[in-house]
Amino acid sequence: MGSGNILEIRDLHTSFFTDSGVVHAVNGVDLDVPKGKITGLVGESGCGKSITAKSVMGLVRYPGRIESGSIRLDGQELTGLKEKELRKLCGQEVSMIFQEPMTSLNPVLKVGRQVAEALRVHRGATSKAEEKQEVIRIFEKVGIPEPEQRFTAYPHELSGGLRQRVMIAMAMIMNPKLLIADEPTTALDVTVEAQILRLMKNLCGENGMSVLIITHNMGVVAEICDEVYVMYAGRIVEKAPVFSLFDETAHPYTKGLLASIPRISGNPEYLSTIPGVVPNMKYLPTGCAFHNRCPLASEKCVREVPEMVETGEGHFCRCHLAKAQTARG
Amino acid sequence: MKAVLKRIASMIPVLIGVMLLTFILLRIVPGDPVSILLGEHYSQETIDRLTRAMNLDKPLWEQFISYVLGVFRGNLGVSYTLKRPVTALILEAFPNTLKLALMGAAFAWIVGILAGIIAAVTQNKAPDHIFMGFSLAGVSVPIFMSALFLQYVFSYRLKLLPLTSDGSAVSLILPAVALGWNSAGSVARMTRSSLIDVMEADYIDTARAKGLLRTAVILKHALKNALLPVITMMALQLSSMMSGAVITESVFSVPGIGRLATQSIMNRDMPLLQGTILFTTVLVILGNLAADLLYSVVDPRIRNEG
Repeated sequence: MGSGNILEIRDLHTSFFTDSGVVHAVNGVDLDVPKGKITGLVGESGCGKSITAKSVMGLVRYPGRIESGSIRLDGQELTGLKEKELRKLCGQEVSMIFQEPMTSLNPVLKVGRQVAEALRVHRGATSKAEEKQEVIRIFEKVGIPEPEQRFTAYPHELSGGLRQRVMIAMAMIMNPKLLIADEPTTALDVTVEAQILRLMKNLCGENGMSVLIITHNMGVVAEICDEVYVMYAGRIVEKAPVFSLFDETAHPYTKGLLASIPRISGNPEYLSTIPGVVPNMKYLPTGCAFHNRCPLASEKCVREVPEMVETGEGHFCRCHLAKAQTARG
Repeated sequence: MKAVLKRIASMIPVLIGVMLLTFILLRIVPGDPVSILLGEHYSQETIDRLTRAMNLDKPLWEQFISYVLGVFRGNLGVSYTLKRPVTALILEAFPNTLKLALMGAAFAWIVGILAGIIAAVTQNKAPDHIFMGFSLAGVSVPIFMSALFLQYVFSYRLKLLPLTSDGSAVSLILPAVALGWNSAGSVARMTRSSLIDVMEADYIDTARAKGLLRTAVILKHALKNALLPVITMMALQLSSMMSGAVITESVFSVPGIGRLATQSIMNRDMPLLQGTILFTTVLVILGNLAADLLYSVVDPRIRNEG
């Protein structure tokens, strides 16, 4: 391997074996996170973004499991690792922050202790005072005001933004190589969102940490991502450097996503949407999973699953019409 | 602190209500205390004198008021049959009941919580089914059945423990198990379902993402949250423990409040019965208060609201 990627996911299949059928939540995903870069994973709710992330952390719950594929973290294969070995990596090499800062912290434990725990798990017990010093230092770093007092606060005593900062502190305290952020700002209001994004970007720049950020918000993508993956119904449908994604959008689904961002300059009466809903993952459409919502779908799209094709430099797209589109554009 | 005082103040109307209810109830059930006391062959004169001496000739409301005033002075009247002050009788019997209830509760909580945890972590596997089978038996078998069963096996067959109790700790083991068995069943079920619920919570993912192993996640993160509803239920069970104690004490002849209560019912010993009911009520209310306080110790969210 030895490539410049901290995370390499190849042909990942994660499925849920429910009583009423198998749900192919992640259906052959290939994804790379380059070292020191911020990579985005976008898509609508239920497209398998979070399950992809949870697969990396070994957090997929029963009745779900990774069926096949490979996940390499800095060259080390994670699938098939024993729980004990995987937990050793989690928090230390790779850590994760979650969507809901309200429910992601344990309500009955002081936040300082919860952050200190991340230290203790990996480093063994050191003196309480030392741990506290270190937690307070990381609290300062992530911009938590009055870190001494916050150390003994309970989660319900903090605002959503502060809780997310605590989550980031917890994730950062062991200096992981990779941070997975699952919709880290979705539950926050916009000003706080901007602060948190800036914080993540700075931390990434300072520590040489790589970030995989999962979001459905194209604004977040434009703000901080270097490279973007667009996911639809368990598959990656487009991968591009961030500017290329916005300027030379290749996949009709991505176009739909971009078009549905409300614009101040646009017609205020009309908000563009993608017709239809995300397909039921139990009964995926044949061929291209997007064909029943795609304005350009042809008979071939119903029949065949399209391959990833390169449509520009570092720009890939899973669409039968992709080549033709860029040639025309 | 203010909240605690408020809670204690709110006990007073409950107590007066209970006094009123037992007072009325015991006066509408058939059977005249005077004739019970005297038997059949006494002159009318003796009966009248005794009626007057016991204040039974006064109007009901006057009887009630003097009773309530007596209670607040610690005077619960004199037992008709045992001819001794009710307060003294209760205070003599109480340590035995307290020991029995505490041992029963300890058994119920320790066994119930452990069984619940094991069942939850082995969800839908053999240990889960076994423990839940036992707990179903615990919940559904009445106390007098399990008491007789325990007596048969451990006293009669194995001769390990005494058949009846004199109030000593060893002699209270069987009664305590019989008494706690029921609650252990419901505590186990509650712990199991609550722990399974909590394991679905987001912060469990956070803890695992931090690198904690399953055991540590359960012990450090899940259990404290999972036990919050169990604590409330355990407190509510104190009241069923008290009524269970009545039966258990009779079966094992434990000299406690429960046996006083049964005796007083058999003998229509009104002052004693009123006294035991009132005393038990106070215990249950205090139990609930203790649970609320404990709850606020465990759950910081409640602490702040107080």
